[in-house]
Amino acid sequence: MAKTIIEKVWDQHVVYEESGKPDLLYIDLHLLHEVTSPQAFEGLRIANRKVRRPDLCFATMDHNIPTRNLPTIKDPIARKQVNTLQENCDEFGVPLANMDHPDQGIVHIIGPELGLTQPGKTIVCGDSHTSTHGAFGAIAFGIGTSEVEHVLSTQTLWQARPKTMEVRISGELGFGVTAKDIILAIIAKFGIDMGNGHIIEFTGDAIRNLTMEERMTVCNMSIEAGAKAGLISPDETTVSYLKGRKYVPEGKDFEEAAAKWLSYATDEGAQYDKVVEINASEIEPFVTWGTNPSMGSGISSHVPYASDFSSESDKESLKNALEYMGLEEGMPLTSIEIQNVFIGSCTNARLSDLRAAAKVIEGQKVHESVTAIVVPGSRTVKKQAEDEGLDKIFLDAGFEWRESGCSMCLAMNDDVVPAGERCASTSNRNFEGRQGAGSRTHLMSPPMAAAAAVKGRFVDVREMNAVHA
Amino acid sequence: MEPINKVKSVITPLDRTNVDTDQIISKEFLRRIERTGFGKYLFYHWRFDAEGNERKDFVLNDQRFKDSKVLVAHENFGCGSSREHAPWSILDYGFNVVIAPSFADIFYNNCMKNGLLPIRLAVDEVEQILEKGKHAPYSVQVNLEEQTVTTEDGENYSFSIDPYYKQMLLNGWDEIELTFQYEDKIKAYEDKQKQLV
Ligand code: SF4
Repeated sequence: MAKTIIEKVWDQHVVYEESGKPDLLYIDLHLLHEVTSPQAFEGLRIANRKVRRPDLCFATMDHNIPTRNLPTIKDPIARKQVNTLQENCDEFGVPLANMDHPDQGIVHIIGPELGLTQPGKTIVCGDSHTSTHGAFGAIAFGIGTSEVEHVLSTQTLWQARPKTMEVRISGELGFGVTAKDIILAIIAKFGIDMGNGHIIEFTGDAIRNLTMEERMTVCNMSIEAGAKAGLISPDETTVSYLKGRKYVPEGKDFEEAAAKWLSYATDEGAQYDKVVEINASEIEPFVTWGTNPSMGSGISSHVPYASDFSSESDKESLKNALEYMGLEEGMPLTSIEIQNVFIGSCTNARLSDLRAAAKVIEGQKVHESVTAIVVPGSRTVKKQAEDEGLDKIFLDAGFEWRESGCSMCLAMNDDVVPAGERCASTSNRNFEGRQGAGSRTHLMSPPMAAAAAVKGRFVDVREMNAVHA
Repeated sequence: MEPINKVKSVITPLDRTNVDTDQIISKEFLRRIERTGFGKYLFYHWRFDAEGNERKDFVLNDQRFKDSKVLVAHENFGCGSSREHAPWSILDYGFNVVIAPSFADIFYNNCMKNGLLPIRLAVDEVEQILEKGKHAPYSVQVNLEEQTVTTEDGENYSFSIDPYYKQMLLNGWDEIELTFQYEDKIKAYEDKQKQLV
C-alpha cells in the first residue's frame, strides 16, 4: 500500500505497540542545549541512572550565550547554566560543541550543517523548533524536559501516532518572495492551530524548487502552525546537500545511505488525513503586525479592521494585539516605522539568508533611527560569510556583526529590544515580550528586514530591488 | 510526581485565546537549573507592570480566585515554545487542572509528565464555564477517574483522555521506571538496527 514518509519513518521506529497505549518510539538523534537540559540531567543523577546512548546525543550552547565580548558571560545565572551543561556532558559522556568549539551554533543550524540530521531519522530536542530538521525527511519534534530525561535514560519516547497532513504549495514563487513568506502566508491563511495533532508534509512544485536552506526555513515554523512536526520528502537536493558533511558516511557507504534516504519519500497515491493547498503565485513578501505568527499580511496590505473578522473572540484578539503593538486598524504596513532590526535565529541565519540580506543593503546605509544587528546561526556560517566578505557589507552599512547564538530571537542574553520599540526580525515568534518586556516584534524575511533597516520603516523589497536592477 | 484524581475549586477564568508559553513563563525566568520555584513568575508580565506593581485588571490578581486550583482558558492553550517551565510554573502557583477547548501538543504532553491535568471540553462548554466564572466565583468538581467536570449548578461535562496517561496521572507513576520494563524490547530493536546497517 502507498505510504507517506510520515508513516514510513514512524513505523520503522516503533519499538513496541499495544492498543490503548501510545507507541514506544526509538529516537535516533537527541540534540541538547543549556536551557532545557539541566533538570533532566539532575533527574538522572537523583535516580542514579545513566545516559543510555551518549553516542546518539549531541549538545551545544546557544540560547543564553552573549554574542559579543566572548568568552566571558557577565550574567551569573546564564554562566551557571552554561557551566552546568559542560559538567553534565563531561560526566555523562555526551558530545558537546561548547563556546570554544568551531562547530558551536544554534542547535537547529548545526545539526544539518554537520550532517547529523539525515532523512529517515527520528530527532528530538528540548526545543520546539526541532521541526527544522524535518526539511531532510526526518521526523523531528520538540519535547519538554521530562521527555529529555526519558530519552537520555531509555533512548525512546511514548508517543501517540499523529495524524498526517499535506500542505501543498503549487505553482511558482514570484520575484522577491522567499521561503519565509511561504510559511508566514500559510500560517496567516490557515491559523496557528491548523496543524495541532498532525505531522505536516510540505509538498508541491514550489517546495521541490527550494534549496535545503529554504526548506529548513519552512519546516522551522511548522510549530508556529501548531504541528507536531513538519517535513519534506528527500530528493536529489537533499542528497547533494548532505554529501561530504562531517557526520555523513563516505564513498560506497554514502551511495547506500543515499539510496535508503530516497526510499523514504512519500509514495505516489499515498493518502493523508487532511490536505490543504495554497498557490505560490498568490504569496507576496509578508510582514506580521500582531502578537502571534498568524497575524500577518502581504506588504502591500494594511493592518486589518475589526470588521474584517466575524467572531467576537477574533475581534477581541485583534484589539489586544493592536493595543500591545501600538498600531491602528487600517494603517498601511509600509507606514510602520521601526527602531531595531534583527537578522538571525534558526529560521533565517544560514549563509543564504545573510547573502540575501547583504544583497539588499550593499552600498546603502542603515537608517539613522535604526539599530541593526546580524547574528550568524553558527560559527561555521560566520566564518563562511566572512570568507566572502559579507561581514564587511553589513559593517559598512552600519550593522553590528555578532558571534553566533539565539540572541534577540528570545532575548535571554543582553540582546534585547527596548520596551515600546519595534523590531523587524527574521526570527519566528512575535509573542508579547518575546524580544524583551514591552518589545514589539514584526516577523519577515531577511531581505525585507534588510530593506526596513535602510528605510527605517517597512518597504516592499521588490521595489528596492527594482531600483537596484 | 503527585497522583491526581479529584479536585474541587473555584475556577480562574482566563479569557484569552492562543495563550502561549512565552506568556505563561517569560524567558528571563528560564535560567534556573531547578524544577521548582517558578510559580511566582507565572504570567509575570500580565500580572505586574514594568515597575513590578500588580495590574488590577488581571484575573490572577483578583482575590476572589486566590485559592483556585482550576485554570480555564480558550482554544490552543500552551502554544509556542516547548519549555516545560510552563506546566512547572502553573503547578507551582497552585493550579492542578487546566481546562480549555484545545491545547498545543507539546504543552499537553508536558502536563502529563508533571501531574497537571489538562482537560479538553467542547468550545461551548468552556464558554459557559468562563462566562459564569467571570462574573462571580464559580466552582467546579473535577473527577479524573470518572472523566467528568461537574459545575456548582449541576452541569455535568465529560472529557476524554488517553487511558495510558490517565493511569499515569491517577497513580503518579514515574514514566521512566515504566519504560525500563521494556528494556528487552529496546535492546532487540537496537540489535536489529545494527544488523541492518
Ligand atoms: S534561534 Fe530562537 S527559535 Fe531558534 S532555537 Fe534559538 S531561541 Fe529557539
